[in-house]
Amino acid sequence: MPTIIVCLKQAVDVTELKVDSATQRLMTADAPRKISDFDKNALEEAVKLKEKLGGEVIIVTVGPEDARMVLREALAIGADKAYLLSDPSFEHSDTLAISYILAEGIKKLGNFDLILCGEASIDSYSGQVGPRLAERLDLPQITYVRALSLDEDTVMAERSLEDCHETVKAKTPVLLTVTKEINEPRIPSLMAIMKASKKEITIWNAENLKVAKARVGEVGSAIQILEVLAPKMERKKIVVKAETVGGVAEKLAKALVKEGVVGR
Amino acid sequence: MSEFRGVWIFSENLDLMLELLGKGSELADKLSVELTATLVGHNVKDQASKLIEYGADKIFIVDHPALKNFYVEPYTSALVQLVQQHKPEILLIGSTRRGREVASRLATRLETGCVPDCTELSIDDDGRLIMSRMVYGGNAIATEVCRVKPQIATVPPRVFEKLEFKERKGEVVEADVELEEPRTEVVETREIEAAKVKVEEAKVIVSGGRGVEKKEDFRILEELAEILGGQVGNSRPLAEDRKWFTEWIGLSGHKVRPLLYVACGISGVIQHVAGIRDSQVIVAINKDAEAPIFEVVDYVVVGDLYEVVPALSGALRKLLKGG
Repeated sequence: MPTIIVCLKQAVDVTELKVDSATQRLMTADAPRKISDFDKNALEEAVKLKEKLGGEVIIVTVGPEDARMVLREALAIGADKAYLLSDPSFEHSDTLAISYILAEGIKKLGNFDLILCGEASIDSYSGQVGPRLAERLDLPQITYVRALSLDEDTVMAERSLEDCHETVKAKTPVLLTVTKEINEPRIPSLMAIMKASKKEITIWNAENLKVAKARVGEVGSAIQILEVLAPKMERKKIVVKAETVGGVAEKLAKALVKEGVVGR
Repeated sequence: MSEFRGVWIFSENLDLMLELLGKGSELADKLSVELTATLVGHNVKDQASKLIEYGADKIFIVDHPALKNFYVEPYTSALVQLVQQHKPEILLIGSTRRGREVASRLATRLETGCVPDCTELSIDDDGRLIMSRMVYGGNAIATEVCRVKPQIATVPPRVFEKLEFKERKGEVVEADVELEEPRTEVVETREIEAAKVKVEEAKVIVSGGRGVEKKEDFRILEELAEILGGQVGNSRPLAEDRKWFTEWIGLSGHKVRPLLYVACGISGVIQHVAGIRDSQVIVAINKDAEAPIFEVVDYVVVGDLYEVVPALSGALRKLLKGG
């Protein structure tokens, strides 16, 4: 019966972001947070495997104390245990530092068969934490997985690349990153939410994890962000109106010809 | 002076490698250093002269039968050893799905940072590589630097231009590295049928979203695309939720920059908009007057795509025939 670890990120809900029009800066601080979309697919896949094969689903996240909220949701979806790796010194970690913290947390957890991650997070969209974690834990990896099966100690995964679909075999333990194609994440029932409230969330800080201070947070990060600005997207927003659909089409066609973007 | 010196590039995709040489040579000139291409693969030796003609001063070749199939372990190990031996200060890696996983593992082994999918790269007065990319689902552009060397950036296809072909001379070095064994095994590969014209290269794109009710209805979009000499595209839900297509236009799919983009029945989630923002002119046709797409387009048509698109085809056919 497999032990499956799912790495989750509490991400900024990018559809709810607002821009400060005076400074062009994004107001990320008060934007709502949620489980990053692709991570939800990773969790769903883990829970499906558990339903089929038995075993255990453990979720791990690095984040502030309020990341409990997404762990609670993940427990309701079907995870058995939740670990929050949280310490003020972890703030502003880049993927180099996050993968180090996650790796130390997972080492402390002990043996496992699979680690599942989303292909990337919806907010920073780097897609690096999965492969970086595989490197740190010295695991084989299969990225961009769109279908998955597990039989004893062998994983078969279909991955989606630009020009082909590859079916890849690997022995466990192995790390996989999944795409949105792999499944449709479930919405937890009220009963499941109530049950989940009784499950325990374990918090490990820097001391529990015995991480080196110089390797976490801003000091432990290689990347420094200079600025984050909303891009300017000035468009004409000309409303094309007429009495009839034919009239609209004619007006639009003429405008496009005048723009010089058709008939070339 | 830093012991790290030189601009290096790598991609498993030759075309992308040529684009990286274009940008790489600009960065190398600014820093007055050599531009080096790492040519890793099987039966790739004969590509060396082409890479020199497109801007490389030096080529490191790792040509080995074990590199015939692309596995992350041997590729990463080859690059890690080359970088450790020669210490480049900048490494540009082609941002394909394969390239990104190699870049991530390489950066981790070297304990450095990697900025993915850079759309702008430059050198500042302190000689740092300034890297820009889209974040927050296309809501923002982040500008980042890497405090550790080598500074690694991945670069998506068709963001930077190739240099003009030129007869040039360069140095070719057969590298001596040990390749790690792959730890996965590809048991089957199924090619995805490639579109006739790559959507990134289309001058006009007529794209459909959730407002298109049936896959067969794409016929009306195809007809408009044909009149305009363009191609059809689609948004992510039609690929991932409805499984009509295997690809999509948007931040996580194809990023396009046509002269004209016609969005039909597309609501305009920010991820889609991020993929089309470089289009010269954008038209949106949508029944819902409140659709967010209307905020970011040049021509707003509130109407049923099933009526508007055929009418537009008719009107354009008439107009263009006359011209």
